[in-house]
Amino acid sequence: MKLTVNGVTHDVDVEEDMPMLWVLRDVLGITGPKYGCGIAQCGACTVHMDGIAVRSCQLAAGDVEGEITTIEGLGSPAVRHAVQEAWIDLQVAQCGYCQSGQIMQAASFLELNPTPTDDQIDAAMSGNLCRCGTYPRIREAVKSAAIKLKAV
Amino acid sequence: MGRVKTIARRGFLIGSAAVAGGVVFGTYLYKREGENPLLDGLKPGETAITPYVKIDAQGITLITPRADVGQGAWSMQAHMIAEELDIDPRSAKLSPGPADAIYYNGVVGAEALPIAATSDTMLARGGRGAVDVMGKLMGLHITGGSSTVPDMYDRLRMAGAVARETLIKAAMKQTGLPRDQLGTENGCIVLPDGLKIEYIDLASIAAEIEPVQDVTLRDPSEWRYLTKPQKRTDIVAKSTGRQIYGIDMQMDGMVIATTRTNPAIGGGLNGFDAEAARQMRGVSAVLPITGGIAVVADNTWRAFQAAQAVECDWGPSPYIGDSADQFAAVAASFTDDQRDSRFKDEGDVEEALQDASVVEAEYRIPYLAHAPMEPMSVVVKLTEGRLDIWTGTQIPRFVKANMARLTGLDGDDIHVHVLMSGGSFGRRLEDDYIAQAVEIAMQMPDTPIKMIWQREEDFTHDFPRPLAIARGRGAVADAGIATFDLSIAAPSVAESSLARLNQPAFGPDVAIVAGAWDQPFQIPNYRVTGYRTPAMVPISSWRSVGASGNGFMHESFMDEMCHAAGADPLQERLRLCWHDASRKVLEAVGEMSEWGSDLGPNRGRGLAFTLAFGVPVAEVVEVTNTPDGIRIDKVFVAADVGRVLDPVNFEAQLQGGVIFGLGHAMNCELTYRDGVAEQDNYHAYEGMRLHQTPLIMVRGLENGDKIRGIGEPAVPPAAPALANAIFAATGQRIRELPLSKSIDFV
Repeated sequence: MKLTVNGVTHDVDVEEDMPMLWVLRDVLGITGPKYGCGIAQCGACTVHMDGIAVRSCQLAAGDVEGEITTIEGLGSPAVRHAVQEAWIDLQVAQCGYCQSGQIMQAASFLELNPTPTDDQIDAAMSGNLCRCGTYPRIREAVKSAAIKLKAV
Repeated sequence: MGRVKTIARRGFLIGSAAVAGGVVFGTYLYKREGENPLLDGLKPGETAITPYVKIDAQGITLITPRADVGQGAWSMQAHMIAEELDIDPRSAKLSPGPADAIYYNGVVGAEALPIAATSDTMLARGGRGAVDVMGKLMGLHITGGSSTVPDMYDRLRMAGAVARETLIKAAMKQTGLPRDQLGTENGCIVLPDGLKIEYIDLASIAAEIEPVQDVTLRDPSEWRYLTKPQKRTDIVAKSTGRQIYGIDMQMDGMVIATTRTNPAIGGGLNGFDAEAARQMRGVSAVLPITGGIAVVADNTWRAFQAAQAVECDWGPSPYIGDSADQFAAVAASFTDDQRDSRFKDEGDVEEALQDASVVEAEYRIPYLAHAPMEPMSVVVKLTEGRLDIWTGTQIPRFVKANMARLTGLDGDDIHVHVLMSGGSFGRRLEDDYIAQAVEIAMQMPDTPIKMIWQREEDFTHDFPRPLAIARGRGAVADAGIATFDLSIAAPSVAESSLARLNQPAFGPDVAIVAGAWDQPFQIPNYRVTGYRTPAMVPISSWRSVGASGNGFMHESFMDEMCHAAGADPLQERLRLCWHDASRKVLEAVGEMSEWGSDLGPNRGRGLAFTLAFGVPVAEVVEVTNTPDGIRIDKVFVAADVGRVLDPVNFEAQLQGGVIFGLGHAMNCELTYRDGVAEQDNYHAYEGMRLHQTPLIMVRGLENGDKIRGIGEPAVPPAAPALANAIFAATGQRIRELPLSKSIDFV
């Protein structure tokens, strides 16, 4: 089947029900999206499908309708997305394993809601688990990214 | 900072206590084991001035041997070297280095001694010196116990200084200029006329000269990086998806494996039927391993699916299998026969309680899983006479030793490549998952194998934080606490985990009473007794180890005793506390939280204090009792690590520690049925989520006499501060964790 990831179209031979997480990681070698739980409880695998945050561990390859963007496609170390910039400025990451998913969730959320309230941020980000406890800085980084995005 | 002698190539300091205790054997071993491991395999033009600094024409590599499990250890170690070497730490490459005895930990073993961190007697200093010698003799290359900063603070700055002075000596040789005409600046030697020579251009000359033996550490007033807000060296990679963890490794010809072992802990495998699994797409093998099976495939998902399709006939667990029976075993341990320690015994508790009105309380804490976000994963490759292992681990030399036993290879032929860990909380002090991958490799030599556990395997095959029960008895007099007697029963982490490292566990297990016996309070009759429950399911260290639960026991009972005495919990602790740095964190948190001011109806504040890993930490939690349950509004934290090397990470570790402590106290327990852990994924083991996260205000104090680490100490006071706040807001005293068994949270 044909899948477009980070602007590149790939022809992959995988089962229809293989979760995109594993197509990305093991077939295409894109390892930014992480495996944390496999049951949509942690959000570490979050990617975008046509700009909307989805849990790639629950998205079957055969159900993909649209373009997939991973953290690698959101920005690069040299050319960073405003959300990544905020994450760096505020020194959010500790172990960092959940942060690809946190950033993808935040980027999609801010696209849909550029001027969120604190409660809306809390609600939007509560499906993404962080075991290190970086939540206070995630909150600040989402707010900071909202300001950065508005300035663009 | 005075002038300190080093032996540069041998590369580390011998503290005076260590020399005194080192004797002839120690001196011999010290020299033999002190060779710089980087000197093996240097390429032409490369130099390794110390075991921590390697330079070639392409750049500078800093060796950061303590594992990074999210606490920022790699970045902090790099900053400590870079400060003296005079380079920008972000301009260097970082490497965790090889597993080697020279990277021994001289501090962590002190946690196993019954010496209070606040004690500075001759005996205490001697004990700590002996720990340094033992660490060196054993080549204890290990990360844990919040020891990275206290252990490495002098050593890495010395390494940086030795490298800097040796490069200056190389520049003297090249230019003919005397020492006092040469300076350094950001990776360069600066000549009197302002011309600069880059360090990397001096690598080949530096390789030919003897490293400088005498160096002077810079005065803290000259520091450019330490004590200033730092940018973590890994922050860009981690914010752009580029950080590589064990689970991300890719190699030519690599296959992917997953394992399933008996979910009934310790039970065997009677047999299995893998016919269906072997037919599944992408599956190349189903192999037996100790206690279970491994599936090898071309894709992780295919491996997971096939592993589920293997029909296994599991044997029963040899351990007490049900939670109620496990707690009954702990409850039955309060006997003279099972008494393990009584390190604190002041006054006469028995006599004091005889005629008093006795306050009694019993507390219970559950088993807890580590459940780091990155499930256990490792890449191994076994070829003729050589084993390579890539993984996040805190114990690279033990991995070498254990895998040498497993494979029959010589330790020197086993190469452990330590990677960034996606969390640990103590889980990566174990190497069970590595052994499984090596068992697969022994059946599939010459093939790189990436072994990944399913999350369910990770939860059900953890070595959890042990359950425990504490019983408090106390009495009050003159509106204050006069008698405080705490008895704690739990299985021994040391007995369980050291056996897996093939190390003996002598004497009492300090962890059973850590965070309780060693608190800096003076109470007329004050006793803490540990009781050892016979081993049940295997257990291990969990962020803040014994103190993780004993903080709850001690500080909940302290709160109850304050209320019994009619005393204010803050004022009473201040009255009883003799330790200056501890008093100051209590005072600070009182001021930050406006302790004593009126919060209004349905609200309450709780205070707790724990001194763990030498760090006094006081926390005040503010809650509101809402119609939807308890909401945690604010947390105030004050901690003293002697010197805050990075205020940014200091705040992050305290906030993270508070959230870790609160989240588990609210919601988490690992329970067993027939020897099987009943929580197998995050839906059944909810830590804290963002919408529950309070505002967390942090203050760092610097009155402590030694520099300390901050990865763990914020955890122990969080649970009791929350429980005490719930009592203040509702009048409900909860004595069992998780709190959600007794009360709802928003």
